[in-house]
Amino acid sequence: MAKILLLCYGNPGRLDDGLGPALGVLLEEGAPPGVQVEINYQLTVEDAGAVADSQAVVFVDAAVQGPEPFSFARVGERDGANFSSHSVEPGQLLYLGRTLFGAATAGFALAIRGYQFGAFGEVLSEGARRNLEAARVFIQPLLNGGLEAAAPKHGVLS
Amino acid sequence: MTTSTQNRRIVIEPVTRVEGHGKVTILLDEERKVQQARLHIVEFRGFERFIQGRPFWEVPVLVQRLCGICPVSHHLAAAKAMDRIVGGAELTPTAHKMRLLMHHGQFLQSHALHFFHLCSPDLLFGFDADVEVRNVLGVAANFPDLARQGIRLRQYGQEIIQATAGKKIHGTGAVPGGVNKNLSIVERDTFLASIDQIVEWGQGALKLARDYTLENLEMLAPFGSWETSHLSLVRPDGAYDIYDGGLRARNPQGETIFDHGDNQRYHEFFTEEVRSWSYMKFPFIKSLGREKGWYRVGPLARVNNCDYFDTPLAEAARREFMGLTDGVPNQVTMAYHWARMIELVHSAETIRKLLHDDDLQGEDLMVKGEGVRETVGIIEAPRGTLFHHYRINADDQVEMANLIVSTTSNNEAMNRAVEKVARDHLSEVPELTEGLLNHVEVAIRAYDPCLSCATHAMGQMPLHVELFDHEGELVDRRIKE
Repeated sequence: MAKILLLCYGNPGRLDDGLGPALGVLLEEGAPPGVQVEINYQLTVEDAGAVADSQAVVFVDAAVQGPEPFSFARVGERDGANFSSHSVEPGQLLYLGRTLFGAATAGFALAIRGYQFGAFGEVLSEGARRNLEAARVFIQPLLNGGLEAAAPKHGVLS
Repeated sequence: MTTSTQNRRIVIEPVTRVEGHGKVTILLDEERKVQQARLHIVEFRGFERFIQGRPFWEVPVLVQRLCGICPVSHHLAAAKAMDRIVGGAELTPTAHKMRLLMHHGQFLQSHALHFFHLCSPDLLFGFDADVEVRNVLGVAANFPDLARQGIRLRQYGQEIIQATAGKKIHGTGAVPGGVNKNLSIVERDTFLASIDQIVEWGQGALKLARDYTLENLEMLAPFGSWETSHLSLVRPDGAYDIYDGGLRARNPQGETIFDHGDNQRYHEFFTEEVRSWSYMKFPFIKSLGREKGWYRVGPLARVNNCDYFDTPLAEAARREFMGLTDGVPNQVTMAYHWARMIELVHSAETIRKLLHDDDLQGEDLMVKGEGVRETVGIIEAPRGTLFHHYRINADDQVEMANLIVSTTSNNEAMNRAVEKVARDHLSEVPELTEGLLNHVEVAIRAYDPCLSCATHAMGQMPLHVELFDHEGELVDRRIKE
């Protein structure tokens, strides 16, 4: 079982929407034992299996608005009915992980603030690059422990 | 929802639990009978222009941006087309089998997603059950074993894709003339450890779809059903094939319209019609003309068209399926689900067979030779036959691209299904409830349409139903995100 799963998602072809995958790439190499990094375009329902197989999961995504350079918070379960293969929410995956697999995975969300989303391009804006580095510096030491304690200090993800 | 005593037009927007953004409009007359129903595709079509000018070797990776749901299909169709550009149409055994493994992994995950997560709520709870329950989380709460199996089946398929393509979505495994990796012994053994379980779960899903269809046949037989021709690839010996082979079209009686059609000459068999109210084109078989030439693709077409499956469990299921109609094509739209699960079992069986093949560990990955400048790659995507046609200029850039995706081929069939279901279920009812409107969506969902692909769209994709009166005034609108 992975101790910590990093689910990094977003579309690298849509400018700053690629912040999640970009952090995944930075952390993938040299990740400590027990840390698994998954990079994807979006969350999908089968991620519930990987979430359930982990003790803790960090959902890493770009934020269209909200705190700079990032926000970090606990994520609770969400059992709302809205679901499509294009949009599954972190809380729904935690809910499915518990109800289907009996998992008690702790969920966290790392939302990295981006600024440019409305066009094509596999490049991050200057501000997004700064925020990405700040997020990396923040999260990297926590992969060895301390996610729980760090969560409240950086605000609540909306 | 608002009502009117005069003619009304209903709009379902967005149509839910499908891939993409669509809209249904239903026109009622003064006596509340359905006069007309249409599925409108309202996304902008632009991808074919977007890739013009790009180097040909980028295309297998680039076209996957069409869709986050079936990128592997576009990846493989483009790679198959570009094989001919580099003179590598005859792949090495390792390259060919790696692509097959990737393709069957895609079928497994796509069919599992559709059956377990998008359509099973309708089958398990009923078309007009409470919408708060009729969803994947309702399935999780009430049928946890089934939900678990759906998740694990899709996860397995996604992991096969990751191992063969390099990534779960938008991989790079297939390159013009071959592949860029083989399957390691460690990867093979990981997959072998659980493949028997995957096949068993697939058989369970097949039984569920079969039993549901047979137990409800009286209700399902007329549900959105029309007599149509069917199109698919088949191997030279008539066997089911999703990666290679020639084009076979059969009419509603099962008689051959054309067989083993040359992929490179597909445009001699088909043409496309544009209609003002939809961005999605309407292809038809030239020899039959616009009125009679429409056809269906996808699981139902493939199972109807092939002579046999080369795996035992799927072949036994096919025989039973075709036995129901004495060997002539099955026209029941809702039988798409049964056919889809036959295919899921076949993909699981094929993956098991491939995993035991040492060619997957071969080192000879690429072929090159004398190339051409115009090329067509056709494969069977989970939703049906997928055409990629390219012309490359002297600078190795894409000069022309034409993509006919499976949902486009099913456009006429989906529209007719929408109209039939609307006429049969929405006419003269006292109140248009969400459950009744869901009947229309159930008919669309049977085709597992990918509206994003069909229009080569960019951006977000919700589905919308609108109700207009006979004077064209909007009196009702339902939007589902």
